[in-house]
Amino acid sequence: MVRYVGKRLFYTLLLMLFVSLTVYFIFDLLPSDPARLGCVKGCPDSTVELNRIKLGLDVPVIEQWWRFILGLFQGRSYGTGDATFSCPAPALGYSWNRHACVTDVIKETFPVTLSLALGALFMWLALGVSLGILAARKKGKWQDKASTVFVLVGTSLPTFITGIMVVLFIVLQFNVVDPLEIGIWHSPFTDPVGWLQTFFFPCATLALAYAATYTRFTRSNVIEISQEDYIRTARAKGLSEKVILRKHTLRAAIAPIVTMAGMDFAALFGGAVITESIFSLNGLGKLSIKAVTETFDLPIIVATTLIASSFVVIMNLLVDIAYAYIDPRVRTK
Amino acid sequence: MSNFLEVQNLSVSFPTHDGLVKASNDVSFNVALGETLAIVGESGSGKSVSNLAVMGLHNPNSTVISGQAFLNLESGPIDVISAPAESVRKLRGKEMAMIFQDPMSALHPFYTVGDQIAEAWLLHNDGKKTDAIARATEMLNLVGIPDAHKRVNEFPHQFSGGMRQRVMIAMALVNNPSLLIADEPTTALDVTVQAQILQLLGKLQKELNMAIILITHDLGVVAEVADRVAVMYGGRIVEEGKVDDIFYNSAHPYTRGLLNSIPRVDKVGSHRLHAIPGQPPSLIALPKGCSFAARCEYKRFTQGSICNESVPALTVGTNGHSARCHLTPAQVVQHSLEIGTGA
Repeated sequence: MVRYVGKRLFYTLLLMLFVSLTVYFIFDLLPSDPARLGCVKGCPDSTVELNRIKLGLDVPVIEQWWRFILGLFQGRSYGTGDATFSCPAPALGYSWNRHACVTDVIKETFPVTLSLALGALFMWLALGVSLGILAARKKGKWQDKASTVFVLVGTSLPTFITGIMVVLFIVLQFNVVDPLEIGIWHSPFTDPVGWLQTFFFPCATLALAYAATYTRFTRSNVIEISQEDYIRTARAKGLSEKVILRKHTLRAAIAPIVTMAGMDFAALFGGAVITESIFSLNGLGKLSIKAVTETFDLPIIVATTLIASSFVVIMNLLVDIAYAYIDPRVRTK
Repeated sequence: MSNFLEVQNLSVSFPTHDGLVKASNDVSFNVALGETLAIVGESGSGKSVSNLAVMGLHNPNSTVISGQAFLNLESGPIDVISAPAESVRKLRGKEMAMIFQDPMSALHPFYTVGDQIAEAWLLHNDGKKTDAIARATEMLNLVGIPDAHKRVNEFPHQFSGGMRQRVMIAMALVNNPSLLIADEPTTALDVTVQAQILQLLGKLQKELNMAIILITHDLGVVAEVADRVAVMYGGRIVEEGKVDDIFYNSAHPYTRGLLNSIPRVDKVGSHRLHAIPGQPPSLIALPKGCSFAARCEYKRFTQGSICNESVPALTVGTNGHSARCHLTPAQVVQHSLEIGTGA
């Protein structure tokens, strides 16, 4: 198992190298010129060239990328003369637009996205899976019909509608949070109450859409597994319905849910742009959207892309490990 | 020999959108300790449905069950059809156990076979998990699985089909039940493994003095292991008797049809296999008369249209050999010569 995980981690690193290289090449192909963005209209070509050197875009793409990789391990200085800024290792780059080391920018935004993703994951699993089980057990009864309504509403309402409704009718209406405090970062370790106030509603908004999907998925899974031959065997043993559900049905029904949850969770590290915007959270989503569409901030784009892709790969690995624990058939010899 | 299970007038039906499916209709049979009753019939004849009702394994929300099924326990008889679900559950796995057709899917893929057998034992016995695993190992030994102490920790997917059916048998018998219902236990297995499983069941029956109900459509299996046979058709028992009476003096045209449709090594090349013409009746709209009438080659020997008008009663003859036919057993034998397909 350790060997297997080690091998997978090694491949993850290789993949990360490849992803970062790809981002550099794609960025090079873009028609916009970041060096020209740094000066006003009609500024002389010499200034543009100076800008290019400052941004580190004067060397071939492959060298730009290699400098980036070295910076990760050694730290790196950016700019020339008086305007030299150095970032310690691991240096993800320097954002001239924000005048900050990218590593520091990420250090500020990542906890926001992590809080949002973890909180939402917890909520949608708790709500979606338990509602799904209830609906499956009470198939055709009012509980099942009510859950169907929830699923319909949850999947058809886009996040920007539910989010705005939550802000308007709950957060502001009942003064849950001081309007000036919305989106302010509070560490869950030093100020758990403040953290909860900031993140409860954004997480709930994000979780709602997922919870609906998971309700539907859990329900159909539980119903399908309940009809398996081995559930009839469990019943023939004389087990009570409660034990059959807990020990036999859920164990099998939960396996695909683990996979789905892992992937959905990983995807959130690309950023939940809409939720972050509505609740004024400074997370990875807003950071990368701004870098891509407004400031052409290559170092930020590389960093956010790397985070997003590394979460996909790492969650994949975790899901595979979890799966091996749940389902003995996939264990490698 | 006193009966352990006595089923009386058992009917099972399923309400569906198309109508009431009468899967089992006024079925009565019994089986004694140490005895094997084979229930034979084609798919949809009601053999599994009746026995699942005895086990209490039908979904109560989608099934209508009437009649009685008494288990004659030491503490006195109990009707498992009318008894509360919770008390029937406590009898399941302890007094009556069941094994199923497809051992590939009947074991939980995520638990070791030891855990699954131990679970059945712990449910009806006081003891620690280690005792249960020891008992599971002992059972695996008993059903002839080599290296039982190692294999007890393995998962179902590491076993072959025949071995899995042995595991199922070990699990069913772990609490020494008095009744074992085996629902086509060898259908999914290849022929050599079939014979081993049947021999094993026979051996264990002697050792544990169990009543066995063997549900099958394989008359070869019946001839090999059954003491008595009940033939089902269209949800009813159409003939019942000792195995020799069923095979050599069959008193129902359907039984004769079944026997004639088997290839026989002693008659190779002498004649074509005889198929029963037509289709089994719809269980939603059972005919008013005999359910076999539409396909029966003996119908022309009866008086008028009696076969289409009334359901023949189950007439009991010698040796408890009974049949549900408007013709007497003697008439059936006589006419079978005329039809030329006499067994």
